[in-house]
Amino acid sequence: MKHLRQLEDQSVYILREAYKHFNNLAMLWSMGKDSTVLLWLARKAFFGHVPFPLLHVDTSYKIPAMIEYRDRLAREWRLNLVVGQNKEALAAGMNHTMGRVVCCTALKTNGLKQLLEHKGYTGVILGVRADEEGTRAKERYFSPRDKHGDWDFRDQPPELWDQYKTTFPPGTHIRIHPLLDWTEINIWEYIKLENIPFIDLYLDKGEGIRYRSLGCAPCTTPIKSTAKTVDEIIEELRHTTVAERSGRAQDEGRGMELLRKDGYM
Amino acid sequence: MTLIETKPSENLNIVIVGHVDHGKSTLLGRLYADTGSLPDGKLEKVQAICKQQGKEFEYAFLFDAFLEEQEQGITIDTARTFFMWKGRQYIIIDAPGHKEFLKNMISGAARAEAALLLIDALEGVKEQSKKHGYLLSLLGVRQFAVVVNKMDLVGYRQDVFDGIEKEYREFLGQFKAVPLQFIPVSAKLGDNIANRSEQMPWYTGATVLETLGGFQKEAARSEQPLRMPVQDVYKFDARRIITGRIAAGQLKVGDHLVFSPSNKRANIRTVEAFNIEPQPTEGQAGQSIGVTLDDQIFVERGEIASHQEHLPSVSTAFRANLFWLGKRPLEKERKYLLRVATKEVDCEVASIHRIIDTMDLAQQQGSNTVNKNQVAELTLRTKTPVAFDLSASFEATGRFVLVDEYDIAGGGIITELVHDDQEFLREEARRRDFAWVKGEVTVEDRAQQYGHRAAVVLITGGRHTGKSFLARKLEGRLVADGRHAYLLDGENLRRGLDADLSEEERGETTEMARRYGEVARLLTDTGLIVVSTTNPFGLAYQEASQAIRTLVHPAPVIAVHMSKTEEEPPPNTDVVLSGPTDFDAATARILDELKRRGVLAQAIGAKPVFQYSI
Repeated sequence: MKHLRQLEDQSVYILREAYKHFNNLAMLWSMGKDSTVLLWLARKAFFGHVPFPLLHVDTSYKIPAMIEYRDRLAREWRLNLVVGQNKEALAAGMNHTMGRVVCCTALKTNGLKQLLEHKGYTGVILGVRADEEGTRAKERYFSPRDKHGDWDFRDQPPELWDQYKTTFPPGTHIRIHPLLDWTEINIWEYIKLENIPFIDLYLDKGEGIRYRSLGCAPCTTPIKSTAKTVDEIIEELRHTTVAERSGRAQDEGRGMELLRKDGYM
Repeated sequence: MTLIETKPSENLNIVIVGHVDHGKSTLLGRLYADTGSLPDGKLEKVQAICKQQGKEFEYAFLFDAFLEEQEQGITIDTARTFFMWKGRQYIIIDAPGHKEFLKNMISGAARAEAALLLIDALEGVKEQSKKHGYLLSLLGVRQFAVVVNKMDLVGYRQDVFDGIEKEYREFLGQFKAVPLQFIPVSAKLGDNIANRSEQMPWYTGATVLETLGGFQKEAARSEQPLRMPVQDVYKFDARRIITGRIAAGQLKVGDHLVFSPSNKRANIRTVEAFNIEPQPTEGQAGQSIGVTLDDQIFVERGEIASHQEHLPSVSTAFRANLFWLGKRPLEKERKYLLRVATKEVDCEVASIHRIIDTMDLAQQQGSNTVNKNQVAELTLRTKTPVAFDLSASFEATGRFVLVDEYDIAGGGIITELVHDDQEFLREEARRRDFAWVKGEVTVEDRAQQYGHRAAVVLITGGRHTGKSFLARKLEGRLVADGRHAYLLDGENLRRGLDADLSEEERGETTEMARRYGEVARLLTDTGLIVVSTTNPFGLAYQEASQAIRTLVHPAPVIAVHMSKTEEEPPPNTDVVLSGPTDFDAATARILDELKRRGVLAQAIGAKPVFQYSI
């Protein structure tokens, strides 16, 4: 438990730094386990309040249960929910069969960029973790994006001790990553410790399958698992050697590298 | 071999540093593979990419997630990977050794609790190895081991290893760094990584894996005196919560806290938390917490809370060791933003004492600039007083970064307090504030009643520039607007309060300014906006305004400088008026500045909601 409290202290510190330094701040919430833990940490940091809007980039292909869960928590926790959607691309019939990277870029990356531009957010908090996949392992806690939302991973600012990059030229924005040091197991341990409500898609309901990572319905496949409780998930993760995002189609080949350079979350 | 670990009881951040091509990624790849820590398919995926590109598989590729990196064969940025071993979760920070990427190595090392430093057995001790050793020490990473890699390329010879150990130990000894262990390894072939080498029976010390296990968690800083830099003040609901991360020591409900440099004091009423039952009553080093106080004092981000027995230093100058990473060189007398813990303040480089060559620690003097990747000893001077500690006593409040334009461009540790000319007055103010007797009416009550906070508007400038006229006009305007303002004229002090002074004594700025400052301090405590000029001090107005600032601190001082022609205003001037003065426009500018500084609420007549009061 002590290690979870240490991670919590660090994340809370980062969230408070973000809130102090960015006047136009927002947090991405995909309703998955990570961004929901992040949302919970915001309530920790701000003593039960969430003093910035939560953004959901809706691709329209999300699993319906996720949307129900989103609206319920938004109501119960009195969240300021902002939903964005690349309507133009959807009207033109964008879907995963046009190519996964193409579809992710249009509906998620560009959907996000449109939302950021429209609302003028200069700081965006995201729940990415270093252990998820290679490109995220390279991230800073405060990571600048240029005018096009692109990430220059070759020239990242130094990050010293608890001092982060909080000033930036006009037209650019900063991505803030309070969960970088958390692992998948830490997330579930913390959900258990704090009794955080999560979507039951992560649990096996008797069919011997569950989702380990949640994305759009067509591009996310469940894994074989009989874990029916958080304890069983933690136990399973302690013994698995399968990558967390093995069920996420966009990770194949160089997918995530290309997507993230262009500003994917 | 698959050894899956269960429940980690603690995390340890390890950084791996070393010269480019000395095999850091290979070491990591080997460590993961030999401890069964790789996810299924990872090895196969990398092998497939290698085959596709017609390259021989290397363990290093496992960690070079970007294809570009594999093409160049160097790790571009700090990557973090995780593995569990014997009840501990290691967060491995792979920091690149390429000269261009020193800032990434520093970013990696700054968040590490222990380090592995790699040296190539074939190449021996190179410039980068020395620089890395020195920087680890400067960054406060005191726990580290030296891994001598590629022993296979030197025939596993003990004399080669011994030679490197001797040379490098001597170098590290110059700044008192002592590694836990020197380990001869071949990362490529797996010697002394997870498994003991059969090729080097002469080495009986710990393997890399055993050495990791021997690293200790950072010593508890809870035993030190309390340091809690204020991060923010929240008023989301009825509670007014002071938040911060406890950098050292501990606190509990009922403790008497002193905030430096403002010298504000109050007792802790509650410790606030979300979803923790029962509500906590204490906090200790490392925790991000929130407290409420029994008195509604005005404290702001950047102040350091401590107990009265162990106060931090307060000054406008300190000496430091700094490493520079900026795109353009650090220049003497140029302005930078200084960040010490949560405090941000403008500063300038008062002097550069010497540049330290990390290769041989030779010192170069008389330079006015510090170039990228150089280390220097210098003195920094801040615009307003800062609370800090020497890094030898307190890590978190004894180090800082400098921001140049938008970027963190350098970092360093504070080695010495530099006394400034305000030291004695600051001490007087501290003693006086600690003993200050308060009535029942709080400062918050007055601010609510008056609709504004207290402040001092101080008009400086040479003779016959219109200072008095502007002061009168401003007082009149403020009062007409319904504010509580008062013109403090030096003449009135001279014949009354200063009547005991001889003519000669009245000519001495120091004592006159001290008395003036103490009167202004009393008036601000009544909640007034004090309008004043430095007329009584003649041309010694710079010295006098410094003294007044120190004594009325932390009440805001709005400094207005008037001159007939363009001239360099004194430091810290807020409003500059040069040439023929339009007094109405000048008054409006001062009112704007008062609004900007939060002294006046935006609308006249509206009862302002104060998040804080002074």
